[in-house]
Formats: sequence, C-alpha cells, structure tokens
Amino acid sequence: MRKLWRSGEPFIWLTGGALALALLMVAGLVGLILYNGLGFFWPKHVLRVTLADGKVMTGQVADREPIPGTPGQYRIKLRVANRDLYGADFQWVDESQIVKREHPLDLAVIERTEWGLLIGTIKEVRDGGQGAATGPQAGWAAIQKRLPEAIRVRKEIKRIETGEIGGINYAQEQIRLKLRRLELRGVATGPEVAAVQQELAALEERYKQQEARLAELRRRQVGSALITADDGKEKDLPLSQIVDIYFPNRMGLATKAGHYAAKISEFVSDDPREANTEGGVFPAIFGTVMMVMIMSVLVTPLGVLAAFYLREYARQGPFVSAVRIAVNNLAGVPSIVFGVFGVGFFIYFVGGSIDRLVYPEALPTPTFGTGGILWASLTLALLTVPVVIVATEEGLAAIPAGMREASLALSATKLETTLRVVLPAVMPSILTGLILAMARAAGEVAPLMITGVVKLAPSLPIDGFWPFVHLERKFMHLGFHIYDVGFQSPNVDAARPMVFATTVLLLLIVGLLNMFAIRMRNRLRRKYATSAV
Amino acid sequence: MAGNVQVTASLNPAARAASLMETPMVEVEHLSFWYGDKPALKGISMSIPKHRITAYIGPSGCGKSTLLRCLNRMNDLVDGVRITGQIRIGGTDIYDPKQDVTELRKRVGMVFQKSNPFPKSIFENVAYGPRILGTTNRGDLAGIVERSLRDAALWDEVKDRLQDSALGFSGGQQQRLCIARAIAVEPDVLLMDEPCSALDPIATAKIEELMLELKNSYTIVIVTHNMQQAARVSDYTGFMLLGELIEFTVTKELFTTPKDARTEAYITGRFG
Repeated sequence: MRKLWRSGEPFIWLTGGALALALLMVAGLVGLILYNGLGFFWPKHVLRVTLADGKVMTGQVADREPIPGTPGQYRIKLRVANRDLYGADFQWVDESQIVKREHPLDLAVIERTEWGLLIGTIKEVRDGGQGAATGPQAGWAAIQKRLPEAIRVRKEIKRIETGEIGGINYAQEQIRLKLRRLELRGVATGPEVAAVQQELAALEERYKQQEARLAELRRRQVGSALITADDGKEKDLPLSQIVDIYFPNRMGLATKAGHYAAKISEFVSDDPREANTEGGVFPAIFGTVMMVMIMSVLVTPLGVLAAFYLREYARQGPFVSAVRIAVNNLAGVPSIVFGVFGVGFFIYFVGGSIDRLVYPEALPTPTFGTGGILWASLTLALLTVPVVIVATEEGLAAIPAGMREASLALSATKLETTLRVVLPAVMPSILTGLILAMARAAGEVAPLMITGVVKLAPSLPIDGFWPFVHLERKFMHLGFHIYDVGFQSPNVDAARPMVFATTVLLLLIVGLLNMFAIRMRNRLRRKYATSAV
Repeated sequence: MAGNVQVTASLNPAARAASLMETPMVEVEHLSFWYGDKPALKGISMSIPKHRITAYIGPSGCGKSTLLRCLNRMNDLVDGVRITGQIRIGGTDIYDPKQDVTELRKRVGMVFQKSNPFPKSIFENVAYGPRILGTTNRGDLAGIVERSLRDAALWDEVKDRLQDSALGFSGGQQQRLCIARAIAVEPDVLLMDEPCSALDPIATAKIEELMLELKNSYTIVIVTHNMQQAARVSDYTGFMLLGELIEFTVTKELFTTPKDARTEAYITGRFG
C-alpha cells in the first residue's frame, strides 16, 4: 500500500480525475445549451392525436415525461399553439388516453406577426371579402400567389414607418429643440424663428404625404385565409399578418434543413417581435458588440497608463503596494456595485451636468442624464480596468531589465525607451488583459440593467441620422435579453427555447471577440517575442 | 582606511608612466562610490588611453562593473547611490551638472553581459540609436546599418535576413549584433561588461577578434572574469579587489611581473 502511494500513481489518477471532471462539466454545459438552443429552429412534425373521449388535439411534441405516481405511464407535452383560439400554447396529454396518432399532410404551421404560431388546415382563401379558393390544395396555391406581395407591402409599410416617418419625427424633434433653444435665449419672434417654423411646416407636409402612402398601402392588404383548427374553431387570418407558412409533415430532410438555415439567419438578422419571444435578436447582438467595443476603447488606455505609472515611474514602496492590492481587490467587487456607482456618478452627476450645460433645451427630458450605451460602457470599463492593469503590470515586470538598459545606453531618454522598447514588448500582455476584460464585459448583465440596457430599444445606437453615433441612447443586450425572454415574458414556456438559442449566440459572440483578440495577440507575440537567451 | 585609499590612489610609477605615454581618453580621479552606506569603489584614479583595450579583472563583487557603469552614468538609474571624485572623458567632466546624460551616452556606448537585442528586426536593432539621434532618412539608415554590421563582422551572416527578428539568432551573433548596435552611433568609448561570459569558446574567439579590429577606431574598456581573455586582448589591465584598484599597468607586465602580492595571488589562482 505504502509502495503504491510512494509510486505517485494514485496522485496522478487523482489529478487526472479532477481535470476530467472539470472538462466533463464544461462539455456538458456547452452541449446542453447547444442541444436546446439549436434544436429550436428545426421544423418539427405536427401530430394529431385522438383521445379515448373523442377529443382531437393537434400540435408539435415538445416534451415527454413519466407521470408522477404511476410507474410506466408517460405523458406528452403538445405545443398546440393557437393562443388566441385555445387560450394556452401547451397541453399535457396522457399517452394511455391516446387511441389514434396521425400526421396529416395538410396541416400548416403559420408564423404570424401577432399571437404566436397558428397550426391548422387551410379552409378557404378570401380576397376583399370574396372567396378566392376553397380547400387545402387550392387554398395553398392561392396563398402562394398572394403571399409575396403581402410580405412586400408589409415590409414597405414598416420601412415607411421606421425609416421615413421615423426620420421625420427625428427632424421634428430637432427643430422643436432648436425652437426651445431660441426661446431660452429670449428670441420668441423674428427671422430665425420664422425660418425654423417654415422648416417645421415643410416637415409637416412630408409627414402628410407619407401618411397618405401608408393608408394607400394598408388599403391594398385585403386578402385573408380562413384556417380551421381543433374543435371546429376557425381563424380568419389576414395575409398581411403571415410571416411564414410551411407544412412540416410534407417536408423532407433537405427542405427542413433549408428552412432551418433560413430561420437561423432570420434569428440573427431580424428585429424581435411579440415582446421579444419571436423574431430575431439583431439589436441585442449589435448592442452587445458595440458596448464591448466602446468599453475596450475606454479601458485600454486607462488601464495601460495606470499600469505604466505603477511599474515604471512610481517609487516602489508600501504605498504602491497598497495601491496594487486595492486595484486587485477592485476586481472582486460585485458588479452591481459598479452599476450603482455608474448610476450615481456617471448618469446623475456627469450626465446631469452635461444636460444642464449642453442640452438645456431638452430638459426636463434627460439626454445624457439617463441610462445609455456610453454610461454602460464606462461602467464596464471601470469594472474591468483592474484586469487590464494587472495584466499590463505583469507584462512590464517580465521585460528584462537589460532591454531597458540597452536602450538607455544608446542615449535614449526614459520616455523614448518606454515608447519605443517597452510599449511594443508589453503589447501582448496588454492584449491578454483586454481579452480577459472583454470576456468579463460581454457576460456582465447586472450593472447594465441600471445603466442603460432596455427590453426593447426603438432604435440602434448607430443610424442614418446626424450625428450617426448616438452614445446617449439606450440599447439592447444579449445577456439581458436572455433574462428578459426567459423570466419576464408573458409566455415563458414558448419562449424557453429562445433563451437557449440566445445563450448559444452570446457564447458565440464572446468566443468570436476573444478569438479575434487572441489572434491579434499571437501575431504581436511572434513579432515581439521576448528574448529567451 | 583613509590611508589605504591614499596608497592605492598613487599608482605604481611604472604603470602610470606607461599609460601616460599614450593620449588619455578617460581620466578617473579619486573616484569613490557608495550604494547606500555600502562603499563599492574607494578612491580610484587612473587613465585609460585612447584606441587601446583596457581590461579590468578581479573577483566577483570587487566593483569592476560598478566602475564601468560610472563611465556612462548607468548608475544614475539606481536609487540611493552617491559618488565623489571626477571622471573626464575627452577632457569634459561627465558628472558636471550641466552634462547632458544622453549626450554622454552617445559618446560612450555599452555592451552588456547578457546579449539584449530588442525584440525587433536586425535592421531596427542597429538603426535604433541613429533613429533616437534623429536620423530618419531610410537611405542614411541603411548605410549606417550596413557599416555597423560590417564593422561587427556580422554583415555576411545577416545581410539577407535584415528584416528577421533579432531573437532568432545564436547567442554569439546576438552579442555581435549588440556591438553593431552600440557602434552604430559612433561612440568614442565602448564599454563591455563581461561580453563573453554567456558564450561558447568559438563565439568568444570571434568577439575577441572583433575587439582587436575595433580598437583602431574606438577606445575599449572591458570587464572580464576571464584572466586569459584579459591577457589575450587587452593592452592595459587593472586588478581590482574590494573596491580598490590594486594594480594597473601594461597587460604583459601585470601578468608576468605583478608588483602587488594580492595581484600575484589572484592571477596564479590562489583566490577569486
């Protein structure tokens, strides 16, 4: 026994076992998220079951589990959808009650702009109140003929609403602020005011034109489809509300794969619909990436300069040691504390001051005196600055003293040495710090919730209206989106797969940002590899 | 103690006569140096002749590196040091408060014990000094780099790899690169702090050969642990012990007929 212990063999097993356990946990975590997240977009078959009491139910199988208390018995969770008809999206069905299962080919799954999925059979297609086609086959043909136009018109309406009218609204707001500014200066009449008034009138005219175009477009949307569902319930669905319609029971593997790819691309590129539970998450992706970028731009110079002072200029002693310990401990402060600081200092104090000095015309509506992407990024920069300082300091300490001496002996000053020799050599360490900071910032949610992240941001922080980058705007964030969809949405069950899909995306984005930074660091490392001799 | 300093300050007349026959490049007078309260150099006086190789030998901790680093004021970087006495290089007092340190270091180049090329290309390493001094023209730089590398006998080995990282070369090549980098700014004096202690005998031989070549244009001061090296390359040798310059004379004389018993004990290997 003693011999076995002294051979070291058991200890090797112990260390290997610990590593294997850690790997297993990571793989399990990622695997679970991937499985749940990526399965979400796969078009599932629609099942129609007939129960012993004659009741018919149609839906997609979402889950299957043993019934508590009755061994050997299972029940399935059927996603019956049609929330507006049945009241609930999901139904539990005991398998023992099922007398018949079938997969009718005519069952259509319809994604629409309101009320979630609709599952049923096409009964009739109407055009302006007139019946255009009857029965599943003819109805499907009629829908196919009309749907592209309906979708085109819907997109056009949305473009006018957000693009044209949004732009006019933005311009109107700017003019209103201009008027208010004049008023604050004491100018209530005169040529300036008249000119502004004239601009406003022109805008009003443009607004009316767009309104008319919208009304015209809306009038053209007259088609609708009558869909029958279980219990003889019917839904008269306007074609303009249909986002997508497909027949999963007719689809082969290739068609399903194509549909799957289309859904994923929609997920990453579209705006969210229906309280974030449907549609895409593009604004959240955009917000996350932009926030991390702004944070990086802010944190790198700050952290690097601080580290340079600590290591290169400060006289090493008890005071500097104390500062170093304090900086390290700052990394352990709960992130919500930084959030509270961000609200108290950045938003109320700095933002409030900016508003009073630069944007008095907008008050009492705050411009910078409320949460926004700049404040959120600054808060995160503060949160991650210890990471950058520590990494940079370690890099500085690792630079051989000989390198600095060589530069000084060549008649370089300390500043020249720092900029030409030390800074390039410490670059990889700075990037290591930045990588860690980015990973931390991209995953942080708590401080963001109080410094500028919202459930639904009406516009992106970058758009086509001057000055193009709007750092004061509130934004969406994937981490918060996960929380919001999973726990704050009206239909948690239906939204749950979306939580996993969004998590996959968040992991992917953090991974991509890291990979980008790591590649950059490796390139620098090759360029500035420190001497090994 | 004070008397002792006085004694060593007045060198043996033969040595003084020998070095005074030459044009002095560096003159050290009554130089004392302290790290905090600890004395490292005690009243050193001597004269280093122009275009000659002057070597310092002595056991570890005897102050020979400290002496060398006083000559280009590298000791300024250390906290809590104190210095008295005078050092003149080319007639100017280098510890004069008006003396610009960077100007001094342009005139006094240095090669270190451990080769310390910058993590840059060969070209950028050699061009570093000239760039610091304000040469920006690419053609001028290329000329300086080629001349320096030729002078350091490295040109033929690296001329096709000027853009490669300096860190990919052997220790001996790196040390010759450091020499090329030091002479790129055309200093008057070249200080070498145990330049071969990390090198194998073949690389050492190359550096020694190079030193003999370079002494035609530069005044070289070398610190070495290796007595054979001092005997092989230097014209004058000083033996240092516990911060004192025990004996300083023509190399041949020091190794064949040492005047001081301690010198004899050291060169015959009885201590050190």
